[in-house]
Amino acid sequence: MKKHLFTVLSAFAAVAVIASAAFAASPTLETVKKRGNLICGVNTGLTGFSAPDDKGVWRGFDVDYCRGISAAIFGNPDKVTYKPLTGKTRFPALQSGEIDVLSRNTTWTFKRDVNLGFEFVGVLYYDGQGFITRKSLGVKSAKELGGASVCIQTGTTTELNLADFFRSNKMKFKSVVVEDAAEARQNYAANRCDAYTTDRSGLAAQRSVLKNPADHVILPEIISKEPLGPVVRHGDNVWGDIARWVRNALIVAEELGITSKNVDAMKKSSNPEIKRMLGQEGDFGSMLGLPKDWAYNVIKGVGNYSEIYERHIGPKTAIGLARGYNQLWTKGGILYSPPFR
Amino acid sequence: MSEFANDPGRSFYRTENIPQSSPPVSTIGVLGWMRANLFSSPFNTALTLVTLYLLYSVVPPLFQWAFIDSLLVGESNKDCRGIAGACWVLVPKRFGQYIYGFYPEPERWRVNLTFILFFLNLLPVLSDRVPGRTFAALFLVFGFPVVAFVLLHGAFGLESVPTNKWGGLTLTLVFASVAILFSLPIGILLALGRRSEMPVIRTICVAFIELWRAVPLITVLFMASFVLPLFTPEGVNANELLRALIGFTMFSSAYMAEVVRGGLQALPKGQTEAAQALGLNYWKSMQLIILPQALKIVIPGIVNTFIALFKDTALVSIIGLFDLLLVARSAVTDPKWLGLEHESYIFAAVIYFIFCFGMSRYSLWLERKLDTGHRT
Repeated sequence: MKKHLFTVLSAFAAVAVIASAAFAASPTLETVKKRGNLICGVNTGLTGFSAPDDKGVWRGFDVDYCRGISAAIFGNPDKVTYKPLTGKTRFPALQSGEIDVLSRNTTWTFKRDVNLGFEFVGVLYYDGQGFITRKSLGVKSAKELGGASVCIQTGTTTELNLADFFRSNKMKFKSVVVEDAAEARQNYAANRCDAYTTDRSGLAAQRSVLKNPADHVILPEIISKEPLGPVVRHGDNVWGDIARWVRNALIVAEELGITSKNVDAMKKSSNPEIKRMLGQEGDFGSMLGLPKDWAYNVIKGVGNYSEIYERHIGPKTAIGLARGYNQLWTKGGILYSPPFR
Repeated sequence: MSEFANDPGRSFYRTENIPQSSPPVSTIGVLGWMRANLFSSPFNTALTLVTLYLLYSVVPPLFQWAFIDSLLVGESNKDCRGIAGACWVLVPKRFGQYIYGFYPEPERWRVNLTFILFFLNLLPVLSDRVPGRTFAALFLVFGFPVVAFVLLHGAFGLESVPTNKWGGLTLTLVFASVAILFSLPIGILLALGRRSEMPVIRTICVAFIELWRAVPLITVLFMASFVLPLFTPEGVNANELLRALIGFTMFSSAYMAEVVRGGLQALPKGQTEAAQALGLNYWKSMQLIILPQALKIVIPGIVNTFIALFKDTALVSIIGLFDLLLVARSAVTDPKWLGLEHESYIFAAVIYFIFCFGMSRYSLWLERKLDTGHRT
């Protein structure tokens, strides 16, 4: 009898251990749940990615990712407190715990990932430095820009990238140094430089407000890698998993053709991956400490990757960015997510 | 004798005044003023002409740009295509955000009420035509902040509006008025402490002043906003706005202390000695003899610091607090309003100007009113 009791007890203990491993708790998630909202660090203003609208509601590509996490946790995309951050304050804010997640067009680099003690949960937007120039110049490629004058923002990595690019192609250039994007655009519009260089998403936004956007062309070359993505702190891996799989859910949903409009119908789909993702099969939600239908809520709340993209920066918006690298891997881009299995 | 003597009716002098003739045309009226002030020497003439030319080449085009060729009402920056002048369309659309930030619309009357009450409370302090100055001044420092907090933040049934929703001109004014209200009394105490004969108090005051003055304001804000929470246990974070406010006020107190000390040092020692001879204790002599004179001397310096403070509030945008400047900047990152930087910034500049100019005029008025003619 005693032996029996021991077996039963140890079995219980084993189950408890397994259960605690499978349903690991995340302190950040607990804090967020107790507080009743997610604090998300966003840009104080970057066209298409994060900006307050006339009513003071935050909108943009990065903002929608925050809303996605909120939907996954609370089933409601609007339980987010936005913390606008500047380039200087974003990392201290994350380190000090002022924010739960940073979704602020942040480039994933070695130092930030390793040295600052952060975890980049994946790439949400593949950006890169490009050039814009006047169509009338007849330039088809950045390699034909030898001798050109180029407007550039001072003190950024773009400045170094530009010098590297021209040196490695054995070309000369004259730099016209400016302070910010608006000033660069005005110099470029006033013909003070032949080309203007910055991240391509920024180029597209600035082009949209030039007098005749169609007279200007963004050259095909991308001279630097700028993988932008959400960031969390080291030390709470489950929270990192939540952030990562919200990102992945957006991409997989597009892959599987699940949109905010058809997600209800998709619940009845016989495709096993859709079933697993939407919580019809398996229990992926509770492994993250989230409700069973967390991914359903994300897609219902903010849409899939393509919907978010088209809403804020796609060809139909004022910014008019083609998908480019940010197309799904099945359609010629490099956007890729591990499977829901 | 002479013929005059025989004719007493004929005098060799005039018996009536010559009618007064007007002064030469060139010294009176507009012409005279211009001659005296604008064309008094070749150099001045040249300066006048150059200035006139500059005004001519700047003002009419600016006027044309801002008022005549401009557009005031529209839906987005698409309406600005073909407009040669300013495209003010975003200002009326975003006016609420410029003034109140993200403060919820139905609750905005509370902001208005707070500032009306503030002004009413300020009136007796600013002008002696309204009675009750001492009480009003004490209430302004000790009572009003509570009233303002209850109204702005919400309590006793008023819906709570967290401080991250405060923004725009409201936030700028909150920062400026808190810093101004508290930095003056703290600054006076620090200045007195620095001149105190008690070594402990003097050392503390000197250390405080030198420490805060030696650090850039941006660093203070940055420390208050992001470094402080690193040392406090998680969940015990004081409100971010409050942290920045305290840092800002401490910083401005240090400057204020040095301005006041300038006034104290300008007073001859005889004043203190006279006060002591009258049997006044330290606080009485300060209150009745020294400070009224010292503060009067440094009115320009104090107001100068106030104006600098008001404009320094724009630095809080660095730590992501949505003050007037950051509202203006973020407004033009909305895809709808891209490319309207000039209009947005000019609008913000006009608001800053109105407040700073008002303060400067008030200080001139105060100086003139308190002028007792004691000049050396």
